[in-house]
Amino acid sequence: MSSYRIQGRGRVQHDVPVSFTFDGKTYQGVQGDTVASALLANGVHLMGRSFKYHRPRGVVSAGSEEPNALIGTRRGPGRFEPNTRATVQEIHANLSAESQNRWPNLNWDIGAVNDAGYMLFSAGFYYKTFMWPKSFWDKVYEPFIRAAAGLGKSPTEVDPDRYASRYLHTDVLVIGAGASGIAAALAAAKTGVRVTLVDEHAEMGGSLLSEPAVEIAGQPAWDWLASALAELDALGVKRMTRTTAIGYYHQNMIGLAEKLTDHLENLPADTPRERMWRVRANQVVLAQGALEKPLVFDGNDRPGVMLAGAAQTYLNRYGVRVGNNPVVVTAHDSAWYTAFDLSDTNCRVEAIVDTRTDIREDLLEGAQSRGITVYTGHTVSGTKGRLRVKSVRINPVNGQSVGAGKILACDCVLMTGGWTPSLHLFSHTKGSLRWDTENNAFLPDQKSEAVHIAGAGRGLWGIAAVLEDGDLAGRQAVAAMEKTTEPQAYEVADDRTGSGVIHKELPTDLNPNKAKAFVDYQNDVTAKDIRLAVREGMRSIEHVKRYTTNGMATDQGKMSNVNGLMIAADAVGKAPPQVGLTTFRPPYTPTTFGTFAGYHKGSHFELTRKTTIDGWAAENGAAFEPVAQWRRAWYFPKKGEDMHAAVRRECIATRKSLGIFDASTLGKIEVCGPDAVEFMNRFYTNPWTKLGNGRCRYGLLLGEDGYIRDDGVIGRLSDDLFHVTTTTGGAPRVLNMMEDYLQTEWPELNVWLTSTTEQWAVVALNGPNARKVLEPLVEGLDLSDENFPHMSIADCTVAGLSARLFRISFTGELGFEVNVPARYGRQLWDALYAEGQKYDVCPYGTETMHVLRAEKGYIIVGQDTDGTVTPQDAGLGWAIGKAKPDFVGKRSLARPDLVAEGRKQLVGLLTDDSTTKLEEGAQIVLDPNQPKPMKMVGHVTSSYDSAAVGRPIAMAVIEGGYSKMGETVYIPMPDKTITATITGAVFYDPDGDRLKM
Amino acid sequence: MLLIHCPYCDETLPELEFAYAGEAHIARPKDPSTYSDEEWRDFLFIRSNPKGYHFERWRHVHGCARFFNAVRHTVSDKFLMTYKAGEPRPDISSMTENAE
Repeated sequence: MSSYRIQGRGRVQHDVPVSFTFDGKTYQGVQGDTVASALLANGVHLMGRSFKYHRPRGVVSAGSEEPNALIGTRRGPGRFEPNTRATVQEIHANLSAESQNRWPNLNWDIGAVNDAGYMLFSAGFYYKTFMWPKSFWDKVYEPFIRAAAGLGKSPTEVDPDRYASRYLHTDVLVIGAGASGIAAALAAAKTGVRVTLVDEHAEMGGSLLSEPAVEIAGQPAWDWLASALAELDALGVKRMTRTTAIGYYHQNMIGLAEKLTDHLENLPADTPRERMWRVRANQVVLAQGALEKPLVFDGNDRPGVMLAGAAQTYLNRYGVRVGNNPVVVTAHDSAWYTAFDLSDTNCRVEAIVDTRTDIREDLLEGAQSRGITVYTGHTVSGTKGRLRVKSVRINPVNGQSVGAGKILACDCVLMTGGWTPSLHLFSHTKGSLRWDTENNAFLPDQKSEAVHIAGAGRGLWGIAAVLEDGDLAGRQAVAAMEKTTEPQAYEVADDRTGSGVIHKELPTDLNPNKAKAFVDYQNDVTAKDIRLAVREGMRSIEHVKRYTTNGMATDQGKMSNVNGLMIAADAVGKAPPQVGLTTFRPPYTPTTFGTFAGYHKGSHFELTRKTTIDGWAAENGAAFEPVAQWRRAWYFPKKGEDMHAAVRRECIATRKSLGIFDASTLGKIEVCGPDAVEFMNRFYTNPWTKLGNGRCRYGLLLGEDGYIRDDGVIGRLSDDLFHVTTTTGGAPRVLNMMEDYLQTEWPELNVWLTSTTEQWAVVALNGPNARKVLEPLVEGLDLSDENFPHMSIADCTVAGLSARLFRISFTGELGFEVNVPARYGRQLWDALYAEGQKYDVCPYGTETMHVLRAEKGYIIVGQDTDGTVTPQDAGLGWAIGKAKPDFVGKRSLARPDLVAEGRKQLVGLLTDDSTTKLEEGAQIVLDPNQPKPMKMVGHVTSSYDSAAVGRPIAMAVIEGGYSKMGETVYIPMPDKTITATITGAVFYDPDGDRLKM
Repeated sequence: MLLIHCPYCDETLPELEFAYAGEAHIARPKDPSTYSDEEWRDFLFIRSNPKGYHFERWRHVHGCARFFNAVRHTVSDKFLMTYKAGEPRPDISSMTENAE
């Protein structure tokens, strides 16, 4: 065991040794250690390299706010996590950890040349430097920035862990299980309400875990802690450790990220790695304590320079001395106690250096009795030591003048620049803060949620004060639920109260422009950078933050924000509250993607809707494409066929004899009721009054702005029943819009709307032999052209199944669409496919459907239209019921812009060489020789090879297209310019004879 | 995540069950053909966009599917009240005196 571990001290299990590896070397710690405490026990301070300058860095803190000691952690294949804080990660035998941001190794890192270039890499460096020459961007700047960017390495393997998600409803949620949080939970729980207490650490107790010498209610602190936690358990309080409150959302919803397995040597088979809790609490108590601030001086980032409070935690909680010869530098009383505790463990404290001159008598006596040299009214002007601090330089300060420097040898520097109340979660609620001149800190002011802040989070200091305050907060929380309990008095002995002052960067006798006095360790922001930002015109703290990146690292400036503010305020010449604080946002600490995703990963990421005929397509080798949430058969390749060959074969077979197509995904809505026809008249552009029962009509739907929203064939089954079809992706939108008008504009109409998309399976038969294959299977209906002409609908029996039969066509061929209850879809398909063998039936997919409809000039809403296309633009003026007094969008069709000349109109395009297929989305110009940027007059919306036409065909929207028939346009592509001729949009069977067979 | 009171279900339920549906109390005219181009433009596109209390429509789309109206503060996101479609625009001055 190393000389830095103090046997028997702390809360770790000294008799349970645990080995782990760091950068390939095996280290031994004990059960209860974090990676940081175990490495410190082995005398290792150097744990990483900084992001920008690659400076050697050691651990600074003992908590989740750690900016420096970020490590990659691994436990077997796939289980790698970058940027884990060594101060939080508990050790176990299967843990291998590695340092980051260094190459080839931590002790010798080639990236440290950036440090020598410190004067160059100042604030705004990236904005200023990479401006010119332009040609350097691709070859020099971008590769350089990309290589340097990013903190740690992203995992490359699929994460094998499971992540869970739960809801929790509670009366009082207490966040932070230090003294005040425990007191609050006790007070609330005594009234019988449901209380939940959470803490991000492995065990509860907060600062009590670092203060064993305090006595509470006549008991040593840790004995009181144990009995208080036992009492909470007896009262039924739900206690959760390793659980971080990451965000505070509206109406007291709090997100909790619970880590369940990262600390375990062996992974349990049935436990998720992490669990996200969405908690809805009646009342919230924030007892998050305070975070210690560094002092800002040259070389305050060397390994071995750390927070005094952290050193106290390592000593008292983990039984680890962080060094043998510390120098303590402070602006707050709290660090004196660290010096005392270390001195009492045979550690030689070289000196206590305090920036203040007026020190409490008892502290001075404490130092004197231990033989510790005290320097008051001193500043720190530098440190030395490459991979570990070796000395610190201090100077007396007399008013404005800084005296001669004195070098103190040491193996660590323990600093305190005061404490910042932790108000991140409170800020998430948009609660306002006020600057407290007594505490020199921002404290909570106006609240926007049912929340109570207790303890150090509102500037209180000392165990007695925060216990009393926690008790008060707990009682206030339950008072909101009309419960009361008597105040609990806590007798506290040996309490270590204290106060301090707040500083900008410490004064120095050396050139401050050469000082590397770090404010934000993780983003390598120095005091000089912040002053430079102000000199260059940044006045708002939000601008200073973004220009320097101060507080923008993964720790969100937990340590750096207030120091940065003090320096910026001094540079601007204003008081800190007038310069303001930047906004904290969730999550409080970095949270894994897995926790946010929860169960929604892999096949559970998004649902896939399948028709009841999908199985046949899968069995028969279909290629699929996603359409909205549906998986649809795209084409059915035969052996050796590519997509082009398969689609061509399917198109030819359908036009020649018979094609079969699964159209089940089509949106379907039943519009029913005495006022159904009036509703349809008002909703769709077309007239519906005279549509006879058993007949169909193409329906066009506009938005109130006059642009096409959706279309589909609509059948009238009786006076009061319409079967509406919509586009596959448009069904929910159309139903929502129908409901909107029905409920809020026309509540007087007696109409019912029912989504039937998933109730019907639909099989489309297209081709000259469509009737022949259907006729023997249909009962109760005469299918002849005279009795059942194009655009008819009837209920009948098909293949023994009760069916709703349409005679319609989206291919231009004789066509029928058979609707049967969805569960019989496969049965219907099998029957039709079997009968179709007599006519060489060919199953086809969505691609062939697209080609066949384009040959006929039938539009697809959303492909040939884009939300700015009117019926006139799309050549659908015939679908407007001009005699109707009103319908949705009618007034807009007379808007000046919609009747103006030069609108883009839907036309056909044929390439002049008859062989080139245009690219969908390609831009169209009238003059290919005009200077760039060229005037674009439209774009290609649909383009296919057409077997029936014998050449590629395309549709396009072109300005004034209708008046340009026969004219030549140009489509400039990267390698050539294509010429094409404007035509009508119907390429095949323009008179529609094939529909009437 | 907000909790929203559906005036039809008379239940306060998570935001996930609801969908926003734009500003409230903008009735479609009975006869749009009588509207001038400017009046029609205002009906289609011009919205109040206040910083403060906003009268707006919501739909309990994953519940009763009814559209209803709400008054919500656009800075705090807090709902002042919800009420059924077709009910008159409420006078909120007495309610907002203390809330502001």
